[in-house]
Amino acid sequence: MSTKKKTFEDSLMRLKEISDLLEENEVGLDESIKLYEEGVKLAKECYKTLSEAQLKIKELKADLENDI
Amino acid sequence: MDLFKKEENIFSVTQITNSVKRLLENSFGNVKVVGEISNFKPHFSGHWYFTLKDASAQISCTMWKSANARVRFTLEDGMKIVVSGNLSVYPPRGTYQIDVHSMQADGVGELQAAFERLKARLADEGLFNQELKKSIPTLPKKIGIVTAIDSAAFKDMVSVAQRRYPLVELFVASSRVQGEGAAENIAKNIKLLDSRGDLDVIIIGRGGGSLEDLWAFNEEIVARTIFEAKTPIISGVGHEIDFTIADFVADLRAPTPTASMELATPNKDDILNYLENYFEESTSIINSIISSFKDKISDLIISYGFKSHNHILNNNIQNLDNYLFRIENGLNNKIQKKMSELEIKSNIISSFNTDNILKRGFSLVKQDNVVISRGESFDFDKKTKIKFYDKEIEIK
Repeated sequence: MSTKKKTFEDSLMRLKEISDLLEENEVGLDESIKLYEEGVKLAKECYKTLSEAQLKIKELKADLENDI
Repeated sequence: MDLFKKEENIFSVTQITNSVKRLLENSFGNVKVVGEISNFKPHFSGHWYFTLKDASAQISCTMWKSANARVRFTLEDGMKIVVSGNLSVYPPRGTYQIDVHSMQADGVGELQAAFERLKARLADEGLFNQELKKSIPTLPKKIGIVTAIDSAAFKDMVSVAQRRYPLVELFVASSRVQGEGAAENIAKNIKLLDSRGDLDVIIIGRGGGSLEDLWAFNEEIVARTIFEAKTPIISGVGHEIDFTIADFVADLRAPTPTASMELATPNKDDILNYLENYFEESTSIINSIISSFKDKISDLIISYGFKSHNHILNNNIQNLDNYLFRIENGLNNKIQKKMSELEIKSNIISSFNTDNILKRGFSLVKQDNVVISRGESFDFDKKTKIKFYDKEIEIK
């Protein structure tokens, strides 16, 4: 699993997916436990990411002189 | 120059026209004229031609491309405007006209009317169609902002983003949001941000102001740029009561710039709550899953399947017993058969032996079918059988 490359949004989506899967109650026990562990790990990561986030701002400049 | 001194002085058409032209241009200079637009014709060259009229007179007007680029509203016939320009004569036609340098709508009522006309036209063209509106992503990574970077509106948007969802990156294209060229500037910055292709949503906004202050957001160029953008756009212009054309074209209208950032971002606290609940909920779910599996196991153990296992075992034991029984029986029968065969044979064998002895003249005495081989065993009271070789007799 490449959890390293995952963005916060991906992780949060995956978390929702996992809780849906667990709630549907259609996966086996082994799979459920795996999902649960993955979910708890992701939730902790998300929690940390969000708590520590700092807003980034970039200014972009249009080339206003050209092509009027 | 004394034009009328010599009676025989005759002008050419050009001479007199040029004289009138000079007279007119020099004596009036810059004028402001109010009137109603008619025969408005934007030429493909970019120049405008129209007539300004009132109830009893009319005057031709031209407005060159360089001047009309700065007009902040869309001209339509019937609109009342105040033009500012120079009186001039156009010699090829012998007509006089105003070279318009700038124009204004004649009061707020006219701007409002221009707004309504443009709104109706764009609505007809389908620019406001609800089904064409793009949806705003719930978890944006990058948000573009078109506004004046030094404005209070921008500061508000930043602090909302910081408070609600600091994970997002803001890309600001600082724009003039009022006055000359503001609409073009806004359109250009929207295009700039849209062309990146990596923004989840673009906010265009500015704080409150008069109808004139907000006018750039009512211009056609802004409306069309918003409509053509591939990135979803949220408009947040002025106060809650201000509706601009941009608001109608945008994919989502926010009542204020602050609200636009609120609409563009999820709330951090909501997500943190969700995550907190997640630990609790998923743990209780996994526990219930585990206990449901436990139930399944105990159900299985008492199920028919498991019991039938015993039935099968018992049946097998019975079958086995049956086989054993049959084998035993068969064996016994065989043994018995063999035994009786053997008995018969041994009888025959033994009878042959006595036969040979009897043949030689001996006889056999039997009492109670038992051979009496010794004299002391003989009982005179019993029936006695004497067996000879040829026959057996009975004596009393």
